[in-house]
Amino acid sequence: MAGTKKLRIQDLAKIREKTKSLMAIREGEGRARVTVHMGTCGIAAGAREIMEALLDEIGRAKIQDVIVTTSGCAGLCNKEPMATVEIKNQPPVKYGDLTPEKIKKIFVQHILGGQMVAELVLGVGSETMY
Amino acid sequence: MKHYRAHLLVCAGTGCVSCGSFKIKEALEKEIKTRGLQDEVQVVATGCNGFCERGPIVLVQPDGIFYQLLTVGDVPHLVEEHLLKGRPVKKLMYVPPAEKQPVPKMKDIEFFKHQRLIVLRNRGRIDPEKIEEYIAFDGYEALGKALTEMTPAAIIDEILFSGLRGRGGAGFPTGKKWAACAKEKATPKYLICNGDEGDPGAFMDRSVLEADPHAVLEGMVIGAKAIGASKGFVYIRHEYPLALKRMEIAITQARENGLLGQDILGSGFDFDLEIVQGAGAFVSGEESALIASVEGKIAMPRQRPPYPAQKGLWGKPTVINNVETWATVPNIIRRGADWFQGLGTETSKGTKIFALVGKIANTGLVEVPMGITLREIVYGIGGGIPDKRDFKAVQIGGPSGGCLPAKLLDLPVDYESLTAAGAMMGSGGMIVMDDKTCMVDIAKYFLNFLQDESCGKCVSCREGTQRMYEIVKGITEGEGKESDLALLEELAQITKDASMCGLGQTAGNPVLTTLRYFRHEYEAHILDKRCPAGVCKKLIRYVVLSEKCTGCLSCKKACPTEAIKGTLKEIHLIDQSKCIKCGACKEACRFEAIEEQREEAIQII
Amino acid sequence: MDTDKTKVQSLIDKHQGLKKNLIAILLDIQESFNYLPPDALRQVAKSLGMPLIDVCGVATFYRAFSLTPRGKHICLVCLGTACHVRGGPKILEELERKLDVPAGETTKDGQFTLETVACLGCCAIGPVVVIDGEYHGHATIRKIGPILTKYQKPQAS
Repeated sequence: MAGTKKLRIQDLAKIREKTKSLMAIREGEGRARVTVHMGTCGIAAGAREIMEALLDEIGRAKIQDVIVTTSGCAGLCNKEPMATVEIKNQPPVKYGDLTPEKIKKIFVQHILGGQMVAELVLGVGSETMY
Repeated sequence: MKHYRAHLLVCAGTGCVSCGSFKIKEALEKEIKTRGLQDEVQVVATGCNGFCERGPIVLVQPDGIFYQLLTVGDVPHLVEEHLLKGRPVKKLMYVPPAEKQPVPKMKDIEFFKHQRLIVLRNRGRIDPEKIEEYIAFDGYEALGKALTEMTPAAIIDEILFSGLRGRGGAGFPTGKKWAACAKEKATPKYLICNGDEGDPGAFMDRSVLEADPHAVLEGMVIGAKAIGASKGFVYIRHEYPLALKRMEIAITQARENGLLGQDILGSGFDFDLEIVQGAGAFVSGEESALIASVEGKIAMPRQRPPYPAQKGLWGKPTVINNVETWATVPNIIRRGADWFQGLGTETSKGTKIFALVGKIANTGLVEVPMGITLREIVYGIGGGIPDKRDFKAVQIGGPSGGCLPAKLLDLPVDYESLTAAGAMMGSGGMIVMDDKTCMVDIAKYFLNFLQDESCGKCVSCREGTQRMYEIVKGITEGEGKESDLALLEELAQITKDASMCGLGQTAGNPVLTTLRYFRHEYEAHILDKRCPAGVCKKLIRYVVLSEKCTGCLSCKKACPTEAIKGTLKEIHLIDQSKCIKCGACKEACRFEAIEEQREEAIQII
Repeated sequence: MDTDKTKVQSLIDKHQGLKKNLIAILLDIQESFNYLPPDALRQVAKSLGMPLIDVCGVATFYRAFSLTPRGKHICLVCLGTACHVRGGPKILEELERKLDVPAGETTKDGQFTLETVACLGCCAIGPVVVIDGEYHGHATIRKIGPILTKYQKPQAS
C-alpha cells in the first residue's frame, strides 16, 4: 500500500481504481460470475485444479470484478469438472469435462471476449443459480 | 491486496464482539487454512452490521448469504458446505419470527430491506482498520473536492442548502453553526467531535466510530476547511474501548497518508486531530460542558450566549458537532446538497440512525429516511414485540425524551413531530416497551438517572430532579397521594423553565409524557395501590397458580430465601413473609405457574 | 501503602504534564493502580501546578474514578434503559445478595467490586453483566451464581 507516502488527489483516484475492483465482490456485483461445481464428484474429478487455474488467470489478467463461486453437484457427474459462466444480462452457459487449459480458454474467449467456447458448451440457459 | 473469490465479513461491532465474534473469526481462518482455501477466501472483520440481536454474524459475499447466531462449533460445517461445496447452510440462516423457511440473503431480510444507508453505508462492508478499503468506496473523494474545487464559503453554502441538522439532540442547522464560526475573526479556531454518547440505550455514535472512523475524520477535515480551523478534538467516552482504538488507528493512517497534518493532499491546507477520552459523566454531552471536559476540567455547562461558535474551547471560536453529523458531511459534499435535500421531510432532511432496543424482536441499529413512521420502524424493521405481548410505548430521545403510546404509532419521525408529541429526536435511542413495562417505573428510572447525573449547578435541576424522583418513587411504593400528580407537573415545568442547559431543560420530559399518555397508570398506583404491569415490587406479590404447578421443585431450588414450600409432585406455596420478591422462582418455572399479582387481589381470595 | 512516585510521574510525563490532559492522566493512574491513591493526586496537583482541590474536583465528578481501592475483579452491571426493561435491576439485586455488598462497594475479601453503568451499548444482549471486561449477555438470576463461581475459583497459574 501507499505506506508513509503522502497522497495527492490523483493518488486517491489510483488507489480507488486499484482496490475498487477487488472490493466489488463485497457488493455481490461483477461483470461475470463463474460457478465451479464442487460436489464430491466434482472435487474427485479435479474441480479444485479448475478453480486454481481460473483464479490464477483472473489474477494475471488484473481484472478483478469477476465473481467466482462454488456450488454443489450439478447433477451431471460424468461431465465433471463443470463450471457455469454467467455474463451480466445473458443466460448462464454450462461447460463440462474441463481441464485447466480449457478453463483458461473459456476465461479469455468467453469471459473477457464475450464469445462462447462452442465446442465445450454443455448447455445454455436452463436452471437459475441460487 | 489480492483477488479472492469469496469474502467472509465477520461483524466486529461491540455487540457481536461481546458474543464472541473474534473467536468465530479465528475459527474461520483456521478452518479455511485446513481446507487449503486461504488463497481463495478472505476473512474480514467489519464494523457493526446493525442486526445485533443475531450476533455473531457473518456475511458471505458475493453470494450475499447472511449467517447468524454462530458458534465456533458451526464453523467447520459452514466452511466445508458453503465455501468448498457451494451449498449455503440453511440451519445457520435467519428465520423470521412466526415463519419456518429461512431467508438466505441479507438484502431480503425485513430488518435490512427498509433501511437507507448513508452514514452507515460502509457498515459490514469494509474493514474499518484499513484506510484503502475506505478509499475504495469513494472515501476521501469529498475531501479532495472540498480542498481543491470549493471555497470555504461554498462548502458552508452546500451544507446550509442541504438542510442538515445536528444529529446529537437539538437539531440545530449545521450550516448555520459553521457560518457563525467562520465569520469570527479570532484565531485559532477549533473543531470538536462529540462522541460522548451518554443516552442509555443509544449506541449509533459508537457504531459509526467503530464501523467507519474515516468518515468522521473526513467530515471533520472538510469542516475545518470551511471554518478555517487548524486543530480538532474527537471526544469519545472511555466506555467505548473499541471505538477509541479504531479512531486512533484511523488518525494514524490518515496522518501517514497525508490526509491529516500539514499540506493535506498537497492542497496547502493544515489540520490535525487529537483524541480526548471522556471519564463517565452524562452532562459532558452538553456542548459547553464538553468543552470544559476537553480543557481537563469538571464538565459543568455554562451560560450561553456566547455560543461556542464565538467563544468555545479556550475562549476561541469552536464548532461542535456530533459523530453522526460529521459522518454525514462527506456524503453531502460528494453527492451534492440537492441529493440530500431530496431525502426526508420538509424540515428534517436526510436519514437518521436509531438504536432499536428493549422489548422488540429485532434489536439493532437502523438507518432510515426522516419522516418514516414509528409503526414502520417498530413493526416493519423491528419485527414487532416478542413473546406475543402487546406494544405499550416507545421511549425516544433518552432521558431528555419521552414515552409515546400506541395511538401515536403513525407519527412521522422528524424533529418537529417528536417535539410536538413531548419527546425529542435526541441521539436516536428507541426503547420499545410492552405491557409488562410499568410507565411509572420508567419515569422513576429516568429521574433517578437525571438526579444522579445533574451537575448541580442550577438549583432547579439539582433539587427538581431529586424531588421528582422522591415523589415518583413514593408512588411506585404505594405511598402516592392524589395531589402528587399536580405537584409533579409543576416541578417538571419549573425544572424545564429555570435550568440553564439541555439536561435540566428537558429533565421534565419523561415525567410529563408519561403523565400525558399514561396517567391511568399513575392513578392505578395511587388510588388502587396497584401496578398494572406487575413491576413495582411493593405493590405485587408472587403466587403459585395451583392449576399450572406440577410440583417440579425448580422454583424451590431457585429461591434464595427458602420461601417456597412443597415436595415433589405437590403444589408449591410461597411463604410471603420470607419472600423478597426477587423473581427467581418465576424465571425458573417452566410451566408459567408463577405470577405477579396485586397485593389486594390476594387478600380477596 | 506507598505510591510508586516514579510510575505516577511517568504517567504525568506521558501526557506532557499539561493541565488540559488532567482527565487522561487520572484515567491512566486509575488503570495502573486500580484506583486513585491520595498521594498520586497530590503529586499530580503539584506537577501540573494546580490546587489539589481542583484535581479532587475532577476525580470526584467523573464516574470513572474511584478514590478507594477496588477489588480484584470488577463486576459491572448495565442499567441502561434497554437492560432496565429487560430486568437489569433484578440481576443487580441478585449480585448484591450473592456478593453481600451494595452497588458501588467492594467485598470484604477484596475479590469483587460491584459497579453499575448507565449503558454499554450492547443492548441486544441485555441484561448484561461485565466481569473483568468479559461480557455475559442475556443474564438471568439463575446464571449469576455459575458466572461468579468462574471468577471465585483460584486461577491455576
